[in-house]
Amino acid sequence: MVRFFEWFGELGSFSFQLLRSVFLPPYEGGEFAHQLDELGAKSLPLVALAGAAMGVVLSLETHDSLVRFGAKSLLPALLVVSIIKESGPIITGLIVSGRVAAGVGAELGAMKVTEQIDAMEASAVNPYKYLAGTRIVACILMFPLLTLVADFCGILFGWLTNSLTEHISLRLFIENGFKNVTFNDFLPPTFKTAVFGLIIGMIACFQGMRAHGGTEGVERAATNSVVVASLFIILADVLLVRLIQVFFP
Amino acid sequence: MTEMAQVTETAATAEAQNSAPPIQVKTLRKSFGEQKVLDGIDFEVEAGQTLSVLGQSGTGKSVLLKIIIGLQKADSGSVLIHSQEITGLSSEHLNEIRKKIGFLFQNSALYDSLTVEENVAFPLERHSKMPEAEREKRVRELLSTVGMEKDLEKLPAQISGGMQKRVGLARALALSPDILLFDEPTAGLDPITASEIDDLIRKLQQERKITSIVVTHDLPSARAVSDRLALMRNGRILAQGTFEELQESKDDFVVQFLNRTR
Repeated sequence: MVRFFEWFGELGSFSFQLLRSVFLPPYEGGEFAHQLDELGAKSLPLVALAGAAMGVVLSLETHDSLVRFGAKSLLPALLVVSIIKESGPIITGLIVSGRVAAGVGAELGAMKVTEQIDAMEASAVNPYKYLAGTRIVACILMFPLLTLVADFCGILFGWLTNSLTEHISLRLFIENGFKNVTFNDFLPPTFKTAVFGLIIGMIACFQGMRAHGGTEGVERAATNSVVVASLFIILADVLLVRLIQVFFP
Repeated sequence: MTEMAQVTETAATAEAQNSAPPIQVKTLRKSFGEQKVLDGIDFEVEAGQTLSVLGQSGTGKSVLLKIIIGLQKADSGSVLIHSQEITGLSSEHLNEIRKKIGFLFQNSALYDSLTVEENVAFPLERHSKMPEAEREKRVRELLSTVGMEKDLEKLPAQISGGMQKRVGLARALALSPDILLFDEPTAGLDPITASEIDDLIRKLQQERKITSIVVTHDLPSARAVSDRLALMRNGRILAQGTFEELQESKDDFVVQFLNRTR
């Protein structure tokens, strides 16, 4: 129990150090651009594949159920709404959390146990700004964009799967799917993934920068980053869904 | 106070700062839980001099260096760098002091995703306003000083331990520090490479008049690079002086340490 509260105390202290440094110049533009590529652009294939798989599965599952109830014309709308409101954001969050949290946790953990972070501090460079700030802000910015990719691939492959059993043009599918969709259905769920990005970036950097104990410490940092980030994403999603329902009915 | 008196006092303070040893450590204490690592360490290092801190493994030598550069906090005591107290400084003020100190880590601690050239350029990119061409020239000069000018594009994993130490030293010199801290500079190196690193350290000290602390348990290396030696035991400085002075010590531990490692 003491360790549990210690962990939160250290996370609070980490957040304070981060906030103190990240908004003040000089800004680490080069490293930030590198992280946009590393954490964002390089996650694109994974997100596209996960989105496509999500579209195929949703299309197959809902098609049979809707046929049973004689409502198969609702499939495009059901698919689109379920992808953009929940499946796309949460799948993106969890899939990218696996890749990014493990990668960042292991990278910073290895830097910590080999004294590279100490060397950075000794060179009068703030590691909270250079290492953590750049990664966290990159995660916040890239997550909504990655979610859009997952949504797009999900809808596209949902249509393709549906087309295998009965022909419907993409245009008609999209028109039917988005007929009753409003900005409130689309924007808040997409932008809530920025919070997922914040959670993943924070947890992974925090776990990495407090790693100790050699190779085992690095392994622990990577594993804990993924487990804790995934858990926090699910908990945050519950809260955010409710808040979106209240503020964007 | 009159203006004249103020000016006189400021001048006197500045003079005292200039004449004071660049590194002063006073009654430094540090514990990890129940374990006392440093238990009242006192020493000074005069300008341009090198002090080697010797002792068995695990006696807190590396912790001492990390407290001096502010990577760890002391429980009590005082560390003065150029007469400025650094314990309790904010990170912004501490960073200003750190720019005057170079640190060579035990395992070199090179950034493993950056090339040799990028490692040395890293502090310069952040703390100097040099144009890129001038910065590149400076990096090459530094690498040439340590004999590594031919391996600019290599990653740390592609070079040997001795070469990593050289690159670490070039990086430590990047901001032209007037103080250098060495944490086990010859640890894990064969005797010939260790001797080359010692020669390099000595050469730099003579050319640049840098004040240094070398933490080591390698007595031949300490003799080669130091003006004075300090022997640590149980968190305290047991004896300090020149090698010859230590040789005359009657303390059993000092005699045993010098004889065992000679």
